Amino acid sequence: MAKLEVKIGKIKLKNPVMAASGTFGYAKEFEKLVNLKHIGAIITKTITLNPRQGNPMPRICETSAGILNAIGLQNEGIDNFLKEKIPYLSKIGTPIIVSISGNNIDEFFILARRLDKIKSISGIELNISCPNINCEGLVAQDTKETHEVVKAVRKITDKTIITKLSPNVTDIVKIARAAENAGSDAVSLVNTFFGMAIDINTRKPKLGNITGGLSGPCIKPIALRMVYEVSKNIDIPVIGIGGIMNANDAIEFMMAGAAAIQVGTANFIEPGVCDKIVKGIEEYLKKHKIEKIEDIAGNLDGNN
Amino acid sequence: MKDTRVKVLSNKKISHVYYKMALDAPYIARTAKPGQFVQIRCNDSFEPLLRRPFSVHRVNGNIEILYETVGSGTEILSNKKEGDKINILGPLGNGFTLPRTTNGEPRAIIIAGGIGAAPLVYLAEELTKKKIKTIVLIGAKTKNLILCEKDFKKATPEVYVSTDDGTYGSQGFVSKLFHKILKTTESKFETIVYVCGPHGMLKCIADICQERKFKCQVSLEEKMACGIGVCLGCAVKTKSGTKLACEDGPVFNASELIW
Repeated sequence: MAKLEVKIGKIKLKNPVMAASGTFGYAKEFEKLVNLKHIGAIITKTITLNPRQGNPMPRICETSAGILNAIGLQNEGIDNFLKEKIPYLSKIGTPIIVSISGNNIDEFFILARRLDKIKSISGIELNISCPNINCEGLVAQDTKETHEVVKAVRKITDKTIITKLSPNVTDIVKIARAAENAGSDAVSLVNTFFGMAIDINTRKPKLGNITGGLSGPCIKPIALRMVYEVSKNIDIPVIGIGGIMNANDAIEFMMAGAAAIQVGTANFIEPGVCDKIVKGIEEYLKKHKIEKIEDIAGNLDGNN
Repeated sequence: MKDTRVKVLSNKKISHVYYKMALDAPYIARTAKPGQFVQIRCNDSFEPLLRRPFSVHRVNGNIEILYETVGSGTEILSNKKEGDKINILGPLGNGFTLPRTTNGEPRAIIIAGGIGAAPLVYLAEELTKKKIKTIVLIGAKTKNLILCEKDFKKATPEVYVSTDDGTYGSQGFVSKLFHKILKTTESKFETIVYVCGPHGMLKCIADICQERKFKCQVSLEEKMACGIGVCLGCAVKTKSGTKLACEDGPVFNASELIW
């Protein structure tokens, strides 16, 4: 049997398929629809220090082969998360990575310090790239800010840190390097693209927040190119995200250089898709007589 | 809740924009309650990308959905033939709460506006099965948009119709008919109102119910992505904070909502 295991920072994953933040809730929502034990890792919906109500409706809008969303990081805050969600997540037996976002460095620091004490949490994903919060620019659009946030969190925890990058930048490699230099164990890319849609009959934006984040199959080629560029230029693992709908897409990202991948929007359409992608990758490796998944990572040299 | 691939048993156009589809989905038929819904993948490709939510119209070993062709998803669905297979996820959400019949005998008034009739036929059938006196009011813009009159009449003899243009039944909005019915059918029993239809109509009915101190349950229609409480796209403002139409609804107590 082909070996699917991969390592991201200190986390050993039984396979490279992770459920992306914001598309998998806190896992319990999927317990009847997918075998949670079969997934490589689960990244929970981004939590913040204080509860957030989120953005006005409408928050979702379908586009050609994609979705625009402007949820606005609605969540109950860390206190509720630790009390209500952690007990269930701890029992699953799959590595749990908690996505966090803060309004400033202090908030990231406080969140990480509290999560650091929870044994059943394997890692922290720094969401410095959500397009739907009203701040001036994203942390992930600035090398210095990215460096400072990662450095602050690195100081407080030895848990695996994954920094989630935004595609809404001129040079994503520079931001990835900043995260790497500040001690991030891995980078995940990409978060959603800034986008917009208008209803021409009402002459109103289709999202309450006017703009939102675009995800789904329509962003895949751009995300793939960014994963390719980043993985060539940094030494820490890259986790590929962007419109992965099936095993073929996942394999493509790994060939572009991703050590693991995250499945996002596809969870909304096919709730059992993560499990299906794991099986698909396994079949591919078997068919092509590839012994271990690492052998395809970043390998664009053809069959020879 | 399950995601299954099921066979289309029939798919009939019942008037110019409305279709009825029967699906071989015994699990959903067995478990769905009135007011719950399913998420259907109209296409195996990614165009359109998202599933479409439909309330469970009727169950009888199989399930039926009643739908209007309003966009690309329902357009594709309307072309499905007997024997075609589609993915269906459900049953989802919380349906209507049926009254207890032990203490006194409440009466139920069901109010359907346009395609809002879809979840209410199953409800009428369940209410009358419990021997609850049920009155049905159906409203639509014009005669050929009146839905399910026959189906409702099979469940209860008391079915009244109104059209905005007066081409069938009484003339005017269904809220006008509601006022009229309340005048002519005084009841010493508690009244519970169940309503589904356009947003303006829901609010109007909810206001009347509040004045009269009737309990009122509304079924909301919101744009959804996942349908299972994960994407947080279908937020609904309530007096106890932001809720989700898919997970906490689609049926809400009217008095809970911030209109």
